[in-house]
Amino acid sequence: MSLAPVVRKMRMNNISAAQTELREMDALAAQASPIHRLHPLVKLLVTLAYIVCVVSFPKYQLSGLAVMVLYPVVMFQVSGIPVRTCFHKLRVVLPLVCAVGLLNPFFDRAPLLYVGTVAVSGGVVSMATLMLKGMFALMASFLLIATTTIDALCAALRKLHVPGLLVTLLLLTYRYISVMVGEVAVMTDAYHLRAPGQKGIQISAWGSFLGQLLLRSMDRAEELYQSMQLRGFCGEFYYADPAPCTAGAVAYGLICAGLFLTARLFDLPQLLGNLFV
Amino acid sequence: MLTFQNVSFSYETGVPVLKNVSFSIGRGETVGLIGANGAGKSTIMKLLLGLLPCEGGVTVDGVAVNKKNLPLIRKKLGFVLQNSDNQMFMPTVYEDMMFAPRNYGLSREEAEARVDRVLEQLGLTELKHRYNHKISGGEKRMAAIATILAMEPEAILMDEPSTALDPVNRRTVIRAINGLPMTKLIASHDLDMILDTCDRVLLVSRGEIAADGPADEILRDRALLEANRMELPFCLAGPSRERPGGHIER
Repeated sequence: MSLAPVVRKMRMNNISAAQTELREMDALAAQASPIHRLHPLVKLLVTLAYIVCVVSFPKYQLSGLAVMVLYPVVMFQVSGIPVRTCFHKLRVVLPLVCAVGLLNPFFDRAPLLYVGTVAVSGGVVSMATLMLKGMFALMASFLLIATTTIDALCAALRKLHVPGLLVTLLLLTYRYISVMVGEVAVMTDAYHLRAPGQKGIQISAWGSFLGQLLLRSMDRAEELYQSMQLRGFCGEFYYADPAPCTAGAVAYGLICAGLFLTARLFDLPQLLGNLFV
Repeated sequence: MLTFQNVSFSYETGVPVLKNVSFSIGRGETVGLIGANGAGKSTIMKLLLGLLPCEGGVTVDGVAVNKKNLPLIRKKLGFVLQNSDNQMFMPTVYEDMMFAPRNYGLSREEAEARVDRVLEQLGLTELKHRYNHKISGGEKRMAAIATILAMEPEAILMDEPSTALDPVNRRTVIRAINGLPMTKLIASHDLDMILDTCDRVLLVSRGEIAADGPADEILRDRALLEANRMELPFCLAGPSRERPGGHIER
């Protein structure tokens, strides 16, 4: 029996999986945990504060930075979003972020601390710090999109006076990605059904494939846009305006910001350690 | 309600798609727009909706279709696209239905009440929070109609509302159309559906109105339909069988 149908099936699944992953984010954001229910503006500001605090840690302050892991851990617990989902979704970006500091150990070789008798150079510590910073920032961003719908997020951005054009662009890009992926899925299926046993799409067909993809996506985008215009859209989305910001949400924001600031200004693990030494 | 007065239109210079088309559709009428592929049905709809530029001659409820009047025109008209996937661009049915009322300035509560009312009217309450990509083709078509009804338009235009539907879903859509009180213009090749839903038919052929009259009369006129690359509706023609050599046996 030929392997061709199996190969075709696997390819179809890859694109379908990409489509499903996109839609899963919408499904995650539509859940109803206490974090999901928080005002999107508060969540956005807390995430920004967290990222700023994380990024501002000095390169050798690994212990202080490690405390910042508590925020994503608590958020994962309360929102009910599995950590596994986060790492699965970020599997392409995380290695890139981690690769940023890989050369540090080669340039900064001076010993900074000793673990037992093993000297740990400044480069290794700064590499770990950089990796953690990237990972924490990504996790916080993931948690924000996984607990807030794109419309609510856009509404929050508008409340921060981000220009309407930019916000609409962000929203439509998000919407059109799935349209384009859908077109790719249809076209690859059509291609493989007439090219059984072929691995991928032949280079000679790339030009026309991409050209067709562009034309088809433009056609669909045009029709989508017309559909929006015919339902009263005139450049500004009336985003899912969330319920007014409650005192609880403000308190949550203030407490988070306070904790981030404390963790940033004081090396909490060191202070704790000093209590016992 | 919808008027075309000597309207001509061409996408390319020298290749007219519509030639001197005139017709008028009264308030509350249900009119079928039939014709072969490329006859100009979609162009007529797009001109009514202001999606194509038009130099006068087209009016909706007495208002000329031009750039200045577009917001007013589009508030009066609802358009159900042939491809529901292109119409339903929000993640859930509910969000899609809220889109137009919110754009037209309704508060969240008012819009939600309207959405609930429409869903109940069409018997689609269980679809409210469903994801658009997870509902079937028939449900999606009904949801697309619901999104337009949530606008409370004065007239509704439908492009091939029964394509790609199984018989049961097709029947559901026909019942839904018959239950709508507003002016309706339905473009379709499904002549059986046109017969089931429309009182009047406009037959478009080569950019002209070849016939305008009662649906029951035009759709029974075999000679007229065949002269314009169409066939009698299945329910009137009876069962047929295509034979090799192009002979149709009935």
